Amino acid sequence: MSKNNSEYLINRKDNQYEVVIGLEVHAQVLSESKLFSASATKFGAEPNTQVSLVDAAFPGMLPVINEFCVKQAIKTGIGLNAKINKRSVFDRKNYFYADLPQGYQISQFKDPIVGEGKVILDMPDGQKEVGIERLHLEQDAGKSIHDLDPQNTFVDLNRSGVALMEIVSKPDLRSPDEVSAYIKKLRSIMRYLGTCDGNMQEGSLRADVNVSVRAKGSKEFGTRCEIKNVNSIKFMQMAIQYEANRQVDLIEEGKSIDQETRLFDTKKNETRSMRSKEDAHDYRYFPDPDLLPLKVSDEFINQLKSDIPELPDDKKKRFIDEFKLSPYEATILVSDIETAKYFEEVVAKMGKNKDMKLAVNWITGELFAVLNNKNLEISQSPVSAKNLAILVNLIKNGTISGKIAKTVFELMLDGDKDPQKIVEEKGLKQQSDPKAIEVLIDKIINDNREKAIEYKSGKEKLFGFFVGQAMKASGGKANPQLINEILKKKLQ
Amino acid sequence: MSDITKQSLTELVENIKDKKLSSTDVTKAFIERSEKSKELNAYITDDFTSALEKAKKFDQKPNLDLKLPGVPMAVKDLFCTKDIKTTAGSKILNNFVPTYESTVTDNIWKEGAILLGKLNCDEFAMGSSNETSFFGNVQNPIDKNLVPGGSSGGSASAVAGQLTPITIGTDTGGSIRQPASFTGTVGLKPTYGSCSRYGIVAFASSLDQAGPMAQTVKDCALLQEIISSYDPKDSTSIDFKRNQYSKELTNNIKGKKIGIPKEYRVDGMPKEIEDLWQKGIQYVKDCGAETIDISLPHTNYALPAYYIVAPAEASSNLARYDGVKYGFRAKGENLIDMYEKTRSEGFGAEVQRRIMIGTYVLSSGYYDAYYLKAQRVRKLIKNDFDEAYKKVDAILTPSTPSSAFKIGEKTNDPVSMYLNDIFTVPVNLAGLPGISIPAGHDSKGYPLGLQIIGKAFDEQNILNIAYAMEEKIDFKNNITDWWIK
Repeated sequence: MSKNNSEYLINRKDNQYEVVIGLEVHAQVLSESKLFSASATKFGAEPNTQVSLVDAAFPGMLPVINEFCVKQAIKTGIGLNAKINKRSVFDRKNYFYADLPQGYQISQFKDPIVGEGKVILDMPDGQKEVGIERLHLEQDAGKSIHDLDPQNTFVDLNRSGVALMEIVSKPDLRSPDEVSAYIKKLRSIMRYLGTCDGNMQEGSLRADVNVSVRAKGSKEFGTRCEIKNVNSIKFMQMAIQYEANRQVDLIEEGKSIDQETRLFDTKKNETRSMRSKEDAHDYRYFPDPDLLPLKVSDEFINQLKSDIPELPDDKKKRFIDEFKLSPYEATILVSDIETAKYFEEVVAKMGKNKDMKLAVNWITGELFAVLNNKNLEISQSPVSAKNLAILVNLIKNGTISGKIAKTVFELMLDGDKDPQKIVEEKGLKQQSDPKAIEVLIDKIINDNREKAIEYKSGKEKLFGFFVGQAMKASGGKANPQLINEILKKKLQ
Repeated sequence: MSDITKQSLTELVENIKDKKLSSTDVTKAFIERSEKSKELNAYITDDFTSALEKAKKFDQKPNLDLKLPGVPMAVKDLFCTKDIKTTAGSKILNNFVPTYESTVTDNIWKEGAILLGKLNCDEFAMGSSNETSFFGNVQNPIDKNLVPGGSSGGSASAVAGQLTPITIGTDTGGSIRQPASFTGTVGLKPTYGSCSRYGIVAFASSLDQAGPMAQTVKDCALLQEIISSYDPKDSTSIDFKRNQYSKELTNNIKGKKIGIPKEYRVDGMPKEIEDLWQKGIQYVKDCGAETIDISLPHTNYALPAYYIVAPAEASSNLARYDGVKYGFRAKGENLIDMYEKTRSEGFGAEVQRRIMIGTYVLSSGYYDAYYLKAQRVRKLIKNDFDEAYKKVDAILTPSTPSSAFKIGEKTNDPVSMYLNDIFTVPVNLAGLPGISIPAGHDSKGYPLGLQIIGKAFDEQNILNIAYAMEEKIDFKNNITDWWIK
């Protein structure tokens, strides 16, 4: 394996292989109730407590589409710069399983609600566009629990009928890193839109990963394998690495790749065959006669368009234009909607004379470190945006030094204290009176005559020693710039 | 009052409203006759004890403003009834007791009617003779060992045999009109979307429609105005202005244009049926209507299209009966084995046949050739009707190509059984309303029916035509009570 100019290639002897990846992401629609019933969708409820007669497929029960889920899907489509189909059709995907009460899943096959779109990824070597093939709405199945009893399988239907968006990408991804960036970008967009919480631990976001390999430079696609239901970015990357190498090894051995569905074993870090193309289900798709084609008007779509918040790509552009942030800084700040909100609040609270760079450094530096250590989301930050803005302003206007600010910040963590008050109470205000600093420096030079002479005779390194002594003597409060200026003058 | 059960629904309602009869009198009379009519095998489940209690309760504080004040009524066992076993005529639902009520039956109880019991029918409404029911054949009150038709065979038998003053059936390809024709009763299949499908065990979702079965057209109109309602719980329910069909009923059909489709003159059709049709044409003319020869060119393709679309939907609709959640479950070694045994033992031969056909026509590689083509044919059939309705207000045809046949006569010949639906199926495919009224007898004295097909949502018009014809025909059903010892 080698990375040349961040290109992900698999090397074998004289051959180089490119990896082609397409994802089918299943994103749970953020909605109080299910796609075709009024049952609740709360995660972690007691088994079978969120099941209606429709979800359990009782005789004579009929699905009725949840308009809110339709709106969520369209909003997501808009966020993916995709074509919204004014007419879409729900189909039945027929197969038998114990946790599929109807004996079919209601999905969209030929006519999805959202058509082609695109997503922009920010990669270290620039931007990359990934095509979206389609987005369709479908029902989730229930859950079979096999490990509660040696003989029996238990079925929990709480998830049965929950709305999912299946987002199918074009085979545009070329590396595990791009896959990671793609998933993060999708999640970011959906969180901005409030259409999916993106919580991978709870299964709100999972993906089927299609992997194939081909000789570098080839235009033909290789035979692909589909790795089913991978539920973390790390596992997706591991699965792709394993699968791509497996396929390359087969080609190198002169063997062919079977088109098949595979499972990723997270413990053994390998993919295993689940079923071959020959064993593939015949789902007997046909339009669900219980549901009419879903038709939405231009007004309906336009209303939703007008409700779309500023999305990460636009926000990033604005941060760069308006706040003069670097693309790198802007990318970090917009990737998560809560971070962006926090940053914008800090900016607002800093007032007129603001130091954007300083604010960004404090958020991405000190604040992120604390959040990381304490395993907190930025929405749970122990320091409010308002108080962080005050702190940044105190540094900017010279009231405290950056070094003192770190001490103040530590104290702020306990109960979101006002930094202004901390500075006053602890007497941490910066010493900026040149006369007082001069007195202080005179004493230090007097006490260290020999070193002063050494410095003057060319040992310039000793300047740092004097600065340190002066800082120490002032209890860290002296204005470092003034110390520098006065020291230079005195030691001439 | 010994002749209570001979009264029409309209007469019973009048007598109860005039306090000449109590709900208890009426309920008792129908229960007694039903008890004596076990040989007809019209009921799968009776609820006589609680029916009588409800009748007594009604009489203590009668609400006579209701449309069906304390009127007892049995319904096809395809309608889910709360706390009353609902089987759909199948072993697989033999132990199934719903916790909910279908919208159609709910509408009926809200108007004061009282449930007598659940009536026999072909298994999952798949059949034209009631012989596919897990609960056995139903006898036609017309003659011993004669089928009552199907799938609403129990309903037709119960109305003709006066076990219930009126009833409801369901009609997917003729399941109301054909048994009505076989038993000398009136049966209406409403426009698709008129009656909610919520709580009705599904056969073929795009074709299923509930409707009334009665002794008279007026009774039919009254029940139709009660059961038809817009229901948000059924996405295919249609919000249109519904008439007070019984109040607006008129026998004045002067100037109405009635279409006579030449394609319904099928090969091998008995002369008796042709004669009946001609008589029917004369009746409508006598009523002041005009008949016009029309063409419905794709009629020939209706039956094959129907026997693709209906089994396709059924194969999917019946997938839920898998032994996992409710109903019959056979023991199995593992999940697949349990599925196979449950469905092999739980479904009868005809249901299995249709599941197989449906599964086949939806399979990849066959979908386009069968299902998709059948849907295109369906569109053409609908276009035929649309074209015809530019010239005529309604269409008159025979209801069935023959009178009722003997039990066992066609059980080994599914295709000849399917041919029973030849005149009724196009109506379901086009989603139109159709009514069958008794119009005469064949040489054996068995009743024969005529069908009036209307424009979508124009139930009032076909009810009016039927009402006018009914008066002219003056049909008398020959019920000898042969089964009562």
